[in-house]
Amino acid sequence: MTRWLMKVTRLSGQELKNQIAGMLFVLPWVLGFLLWTVFPMGSSLYYSFTHYDLLRPPRFIGITNYTNLITDTDFHLVIKNTLWWVLFSAPLGVISAFLLAALLNTNIVGRSVFRAIFFFPSIVPAIVITTVFLFLLNIQYGAINSTLKALGFRAIPFVSSPNWVKPTLLVIHMWAQGGAMIIFLATLQDVPREMLEAATVDGANVWDKFWYITIPMCTPVILFNTIMAFIGGFQNFDLPWLLTQGGPNRATEFISLFLYRNAFLYLRMGKASALAWGLCLIIVIFTIVIFRSSARWVYYRSSDN
Amino acid sequence: MGTTLMRGAVSADRVFEKSWYRSTRGIRGLLPELIKYCTLVFLALTFLLPFYWMVSSAFKDDSQIYVVPPVWVPNPPHWNNFWDAWQVKDFNRMAYNTVIRYAVPATLGTMLSSSLVAYGFSRIKWRGRDMLFAVMLATMMIPFQVRLVPLFVIFKELGWINSYKPMVVPAFFGNPFFIFMLRQFFRTIPTEISDAAKMDGAGELNIFFRIILPLSKPALMVVALFSLLGCWNDYLGPLIYTNKEPDWTLALGINAMRSAMYETGFKIMLYPYLMAVSTIVTVPILIAFFIAQRTFIEGISLTGLKG
Repeated sequence: MTRWLMKVTRLSGQELKNQIAGMLFVLPWVLGFLLWTVFPMGSSLYYSFTHYDLLRPPRFIGITNYTNLITDTDFHLVIKNTLWWVLFSAPLGVISAFLLAALLNTNIVGRSVFRAIFFFPSIVPAIVITTVFLFLLNIQYGAINSTLKALGFRAIPFVSSPNWVKPTLLVIHMWAQGGAMIIFLATLQDVPREMLEAATVDGANVWDKFWYITIPMCTPVILFNTIMAFIGGFQNFDLPWLLTQGGPNRATEFISLFLYRNAFLYLRMGKASALAWGLCLIIVIFTIVIFRSSARWVYYRSSDN
Repeated sequence: MGTTLMRGAVSADRVFEKSWYRSTRGIRGLLPELIKYCTLVFLALTFLLPFYWMVSSAFKDDSQIYVVPPVWVPNPPHWNNFWDAWQVKDFNRMAYNTVIRYAVPATLGTMLSSSLVAYGFSRIKWRGRDMLFAVMLATMMIPFQVRLVPLFVIFKELGWINSYKPMVVPAFFGNPFFIFMLRQFFRTIPTEISDAAKMDGAGELNIFFRIILPLSKPALMVVALFSLLGCWNDYLGPLIYTNKEPDWTLALGINAMRSAMYETGFKIMLYPYLMAVSTIVTVPILIAFFIAQRTFIEGISLTGLKG
């Protein structure tokens, strides 16, 4: 048996042993991949061409789910909301994380304290974040509006007005960018000091160094964080769902909320699957576009890696 | 990788300390310093405000909640809010569900399986390994929504709804994110160590358990921490798979409490209680963060930098 395998695979005895051992070690993931990714994705694709309400078996209806989406005004609204969210939240999230990291990377006393404060919101559960912000921003009892009223200003409907709710969500989002900030901070600390010192000798000021050395050196990680922010933005569920359940007046009804609603509240599994594939397609397109653009603005150090 | 990163950060700190004295010498350097610290302190206070409001409101009674201007320091503080709030729902049971039924088994499963798989992807050379690894990385880009519906159907067919199996069992098949991170760590361990053990006749499984795992405690800590945090913070999983209150997690319990208040049109003011429970749920994270701050920060840097 062993000899036969050696002959077929053209591997030596030790190599064959390694081949089998290696494959056995990764077996859990391969099984999981087949069970929880390949098979579900296949059935999802199939469901997207069916009418399926969980109670009766799926009924094949061709591309109706997809064509319905094209004319569905609810879907148009959801796409508009989602694009608004992604186009604002991803760049602003990345920029705020980068600026915070840059601020922390200057020579300051008590850096680890500030770092802890800026990082902590990103590991607090969404249910706590939203509960606290709903109270803090409450139009009658919230600290901010009470203060405004005490100072003689009008109260601001942060979460109860369709015009205010998206910017409010954006601020909460930027408040919880600790993860990206830490990644940026580690990158900033890797910027070669000799290079910055050489620039100082050549007469560059702080802004020159930041703009012409620090930022270019960080562009690979900026690219990474930007892509992650876009992917995460398209899938954003917990915060908007727990803050306003898509309201008021569906101003925060993003695609993942719309999908959840269709799947688990209206039991339209076919439509939800079609939505999921649409979402997948949009994410792929965005990722490709960003990658394409990266050739123009991402700078890779040739020396290492 | 992890330790070099830490060393880099420490030495950078020292450099900064020295240059701080240098830059603050003289009046010219003072104004930018002042602006910087004002910005930092202002931002820090802004970041802390929601937490301060949460904790201080947890101590208030109705007479301190309704008033304009807001009460910043509750007087007298109502310590009993924490106890009373915990009785509004069966939060003991929800804490038990969150930790014992969900977070702990899922974390143990993901630690064991992810490290096994990471070992196969890094410490053994075999044909097709790197291709399979690339496939795994690619799967991380698939939005979870694509699998949401079919997985629900599968778990429903298996009769796993209203249990934690849909969230715990898949954890035993490895998590690509953690596999990636552990692989990066395993690669930094010199091959000579394994080679020496092999000379002595140790098998791969032996090397994995006796040599690699003990050497990888910092990386395994990161996995444990992130996994526990992920379960503690998870909302969507329990929302979809547990329908009955006795099976809920803390997050679902808090949400139900909040909805109850909305449904009464704020006639029953539960805000102090909500803030009290929110505080109780946040405190374990805060403690974990203080104990393992380095693990958190290093772990995030580790995964992000090599991505």
